[in-house]
Amino acid sequence: MFSKLIQGIFKHIDSFLISCLLFTLLVGLFVLYSASGQSFNRVSAQLINIGVALVAMWFAANIQPQLLERVAVPAYILGVLLLIGVALFGDISHGARRWLNLGFTTIQPSEIMRIAAPMMLAWFFARREASPRIRDFIIAAALLATPVILIMKQPDLGTSLMITASGFYVLFLAGLSWKFLLGGAVSIGAMAPVFWSMLHDYQRRRIEILIDPTQDPLGAGYHTIQATIALGSGGVTGKGWLNGTQSQLDFLPERTTDFIFAVFGEEFGLIGNLLLLILFSLIIVRGIVIAGQAQSTFSRLLAGSITFTFFTYAFVNIGMVSGILPVVGVPLPLISYGGTSMVSLFACFGILMSIRTHKKLVASG
Amino acid sequence: MAYSNELKNHHNELHNFRLRLTVLGLFALIAFSILAARFYFLQINRYDHYQTLAENNRISVVPIAPNRGLITDRNGVVLAHNFFVYTLEITPSKIKDLDATIAELAQLVEVSSVDLKRFKKLKAQSHVFESVPLRTHLNEGEAARFAANRYRFPGVEIKSRLFRHYPQGKMGAHMIGYIGRINDKDQLKLAERGVLSNYKGSDHIGKSGIEQSYEAELHGTTGFQQVEIDADGKAVRVLSSTAPVSGNDLVLAADIKLQEIAETAFGEHRGALVAIQPNTGEVLAFVSMPTFDPNLFVDGIDVENWKLLNESLDKPLINRPLRGIYPPGSTFKPFVALAGLEADKRQPPFSINDNGYFTLPNSTHRYRDWKPSGHGVVDMQRAITISCDTFFYGLAMELGIEKLTDFVRHFGFGRKSGIDIAGEVDGLLPTPEWKQRRFKQPWYKGETVIVGIGQGYTLATPMQLAQATAILANKGVAMRPHLVSAITNTKTKVRAEVVHAINDKIVLKDENLEIVRQGMVDVTLPGGTAVAVGANAGYSIAAKTGTAQVIGIKQNERYNEKLMNERHLDHALFIAYAPAENPTIAVAVIVENGRHGGSTAGPIARKVMDYYLLGKLPAVEAPKDAQPITSANSTNSLTANPLQIPEEEEHHD
Repeated sequence: MFSKLIQGIFKHIDSFLISCLLFTLLVGLFVLYSASGQSFNRVSAQLINIGVALVAMWFAANIQPQLLERVAVPAYILGVLLLIGVALFGDISHGARRWLNLGFTTIQPSEIMRIAAPMMLAWFFARREASPRIRDFIIAAALLATPVILIMKQPDLGTSLMITASGFYVLFLAGLSWKFLLGGAVSIGAMAPVFWSMLHDYQRRRIEILIDPTQDPLGAGYHTIQATIALGSGGVTGKGWLNGTQSQLDFLPERTTDFIFAVFGEEFGLIGNLLLLILFSLIIVRGIVIAGQAQSTFSRLLAGSITFTFFTYAFVNIGMVSGILPVVGVPLPLISYGGTSMVSLFACFGILMSIRTHKKLVASG
Repeated sequence: MAYSNELKNHHNELHNFRLRLTVLGLFALIAFSILAARFYFLQINRYDHYQTLAENNRISVVPIAPNRGLITDRNGVVLAHNFFVYTLEITPSKIKDLDATIAELAQLVEVSSVDLKRFKKLKAQSHVFESVPLRTHLNEGEAARFAANRYRFPGVEIKSRLFRHYPQGKMGAHMIGYIGRINDKDQLKLAERGVLSNYKGSDHIGKSGIEQSYEAELHGTTGFQQVEIDADGKAVRVLSSTAPVSGNDLVLAADIKLQEIAETAFGEHRGALVAIQPNTGEVLAFVSMPTFDPNLFVDGIDVENWKLLNESLDKPLINRPLRGIYPPGSTFKPFVALAGLEADKRQPPFSINDNGYFTLPNSTHRYRDWKPSGHGVVDMQRAITISCDTFFYGLAMELGIEKLTDFVRHFGFGRKSGIDIAGEVDGLLPTPEWKQRRFKQPWYKGETVIVGIGQGYTLATPMQLAQATAILANKGVAMRPHLVSAITNTKTKVRAEVVHAINDKIVLKDENLEIVRQGMVDVTLPGGTAVAVGANAGYSIAAKTGTAQVIGIKQNERYNEKLMNERHLDHALFIAYAPAENPTIAVAVIVENGRHGGSTAGPIARKVMDYYLLGKLPAVEAPKDAQPITSANSTNSLTANPLQIPEEEEHHD
């Protein structure tokens, strides 16, 4: 009876995916312990975050994809309304208006949008499965642009970029024509110089520093330079856990959050880095398999989008820490300290699991 | 049909979807490969580079300044040492509003206007990242008060610093010298010497005297500590350290008691005294009056005191023994006498009949003796004793300028004595070539005449006079004069005595030396020009008085000291060695505007010799000594050589 209960509880949990996730989380806790200056408080706080995230995942995994499809539109509308609310009445913290005070709690509507936006687009294309036309893509782009612009205005460049990516993946997987993609890329390329010439000098300067941080070694470039030093000095095998000089002597800023990968790379070296990439790859491959075998258009598109959004997070964060991408505020999934992003991430994994585990029911029903 | 179409569409769509999924998967693979390549580049290709950068980030090398060597006198009395004091230091670059911070600090510790001025001056001279002392010598209470409020003052800290202190104050300041803060010029010099890295932790460097010339011995070797620092620059732990090696201790030949007696003997007079041990060259006393307190300079002298010292008419900062140049006057005569005797001229029983003046052949110009009526019959020995000008006019004339200067040059006139501290000037021994070079004029015979009595262009420093006297006392063997007699290596505790080096050896006939010595001994006996100096000495003194004019006296004018401004009075000179038979001390004294060598300079020398030879302390200002019976006084129209002090010694401030 007990084993049946256990079976019931884990019925919708994908064992391969959860193994990879838990292992990565474990690695993350060790890195966090080192990055936080061996703070048990930080680690226990993260454990609570993980606990909440796993509960959220469990719930998401137990929701049928059909139900998700039904709530996609209301969730999206609610999200946009909340974003408008934030723009009008939001609380300002650290120079950005991201939080909405509901009286009993504060919420960050952009986190809801991370799931709601791809759901909305997946819902939209699920209705046009035959062969979506250009007009459909334009509508979809507008649906995507609305929350993205609102979030960018907060300003939260990192999140708006990630939501753009998640939406783009839906569009791409839904069959956005290659010609259109090529045309878009070419026109953006063609517009760039015109756009550049319209900028003020100080704006150009900011973009230049974003692209090449060494131009401002003590200001905006400091993070990247110190992170690069941390990674490079880690060498092949790393300096060893708790022994990273850049990490332990405070040279790395934001080292428990956005720049935690530098701590990891310094202490575990090239070998650690490659192992982490392999872990991420396993998760991504599992996501691709789930998406490829998903039975409805909605779940296919949603699963694909979730999988590649996860990939995008990992790639952008590591790319930014290792100095090949501009610094935008994106955490390293599963490793960086933080509650909200952890919960929305695991909700997404829960959806993946739901798509995986509910398909047989759909087929038999 | 419709159903199969739909199925086909569905199949198509699935196929399309999977194709696109694969494309994205490949894209992710490529992206991760780029990351892997980036890791390879950073962690393997550029590993050494980043490893170095990381080490530079975390490791800081902190220099530890060595303790500066001590300076003691020959009896171990401390002349310069170090002690710890608390200083309140500000790093201006770390502070936004300096004035406000100082105002707040002033509520905790006393900050005087002098402190403030010095701080501003030091700040202007220092580099941005350096900390500059606002207050020195904080007492325990002030240090505790600041420590309790330290959190309010980022960029301000209390440092425990080693301070140089000169416990003897003004005494012997020109000999000991002082240290001061290292300035840009010092940095350049250190770089030239290739020892800049050894001064990483040092703020101070010797600026004058022994402190300057023995810098290499005194400074020591800087130690280093490798510390791990965090991003705020705070030391986390010590990785390795090399202890500093203290500078070597110096023992001076001088006896500070002797120095004190000499300085006290000068009273309010300005002047200089140098006492040398003739057979070793050790400098026993080195007096420059007035003197100054070297402690003022250690951490930057304040503006008021600097003005006071620098603008004083008495020129206390001038090192008179080395840089004050005076006509040697009659103290030159013993050397001219030896020149004559060695050239087989004026050998006894030769004598002249002095009528009070000398004239050149075919000339009516009278070179007057200081005694208008003349001295009557005078031989060589007596000429020295009574300082007969007429006798030496004739002798100089007969020797000729070249022969004369060639001979006395061996006694150190016209060239540096080679004493072991820097700053010495050459003095001047005039020759026809020199005059041609200097004035583009030929040499006149009359100029040779007056060189015979130490006038004319002839100029000597007190150091040169003392050295010449020591060479005379040592029978022509010139020892290298030196202040430092031993150096104790603080690491090995080995005491190395400074070698008594021979600079020059003049071959002199004993009988000639005997004539000069006898003439000089008689100077301090009844009938001599300094009889008071020799009275009740208990040992024999060979001496010579001298007077140097400050203002030229015209041919038919009389020197009337009552009518003259004090600063225009003649300088008094006195040289002596004793005991005359077996000399252990040679002294030269110059009292500026002291008028008569026998009456002002002589007694000072006597006090020094009494203490040195007999251990006798000078009597507490007894009633005035008996009036001197005679006084040496050379006057003539061609000489107008006031005290020539080279402009402004280089004093770092």
